[in-house]
Amino acid sequence: MFNSQELIPLNAYLLVASILFCIGVWGLINSRNAVRVLMSIELMLNAVNINLMAFSSYIDGNIIRGQVFTVFVITVAAAEAAVGLAILLSLYRNRTTVDMESFNLLKW
Amino acid sequence: MTIATSTELICFLILSSVIVSGGLGVVLIDNIVYSAFLLGGVFMSVAGLYLLLNASFVAAAQVLVYVGAVNVLILFAIMLVNKREELKPIKGLKIRKFFSGCVCAGLLALLFRVDITTNWSTPGPQAIGEIATERIGEHLFTDYLLPFELASVLLLMAMIGAIVLARRDVLSVEVRESDSIREKVIKNSNNNVLLDQSID
Repeated sequence: MFNSQELIPLNAYLLVASILFCIGVWGLINSRNAVRVLMSIELMLNAVNINLMAFSSYIDGNIIRGQVFTVFVITVAAAEAAVGLAILLSLYRNRTTVDMESFNLLKW
Repeated sequence: MTIATSTELICFLILSSVIVSGGLGVVLIDNIVYSAFLLGGVFMSVAGLYLLLNASFVAAAQVLVYVGAVNVLILFAIMLVNKREELKPIKGLKIRKFFSGCVCAGLLALLFRVDITTNWSTPGPQAIGEIATERIGEHLFTDYLLPFELASVLLLMAMIGAIVLARRDVLSVEVRESDSIREKVIKNSNNNVLLDQSID
């Protein structure tokens, strides 16, 4: 087991996760394809997971609560992807498009 | 700097550059099939980061669930809704992208500041390394038992909900309980039993 505390600082993981999260936010706002919106959400969830894992390894190394949380987040992300894509399919059947700008069912 | 540490550093740099460039590709590339495959690459690289953090179980779960399930699901969804369509141009789209880019850059700057300036209490206790898998199992069956069981209920609900949402509405002919009508339905089934609702 190598000691990862010394070489790569905790900040490096957090910076990568921040960049990935912001890419996800930008994609979530700007995507016009509904599938790409779901992919952006997955990117954001992965960024959060990287954070949890890094903290779990560096600060909470003997109890690793972060890894347990990551497993739960992965579970919820899988459920979210399944339901999201099912909603997308039924929307596509009603509207025959995946353009986010045409989904104005809740607009008033 | 020994060989092990420099290898670790090189691995981290390669993985993080793949994550960042792959994430940019996911949101920027026009062809959505390429985006989906790049997303799979990002998931694999994140699993590599978990391996660097001594978390082999979560890395395996990441590969199995994300690459094996979620990415394949996304690819199936792309195939099911694959239609070349010309998106209607919206006025002010460039301005909208620019402003949202500014907001995201501001968020990034804020997060960077928090990441760098906060005095994280490292080094913490010695990492347990390879016995992390056993420790996760202990957690799941002792102090995280309730969320664990709730997760199973959540997955069941998600599965049933996805099936209910995604199926087409069933038989167009009324099917009663009696077998004679059922046989008739089966006999007529070479013309459309399934009501195709995708037209209207």
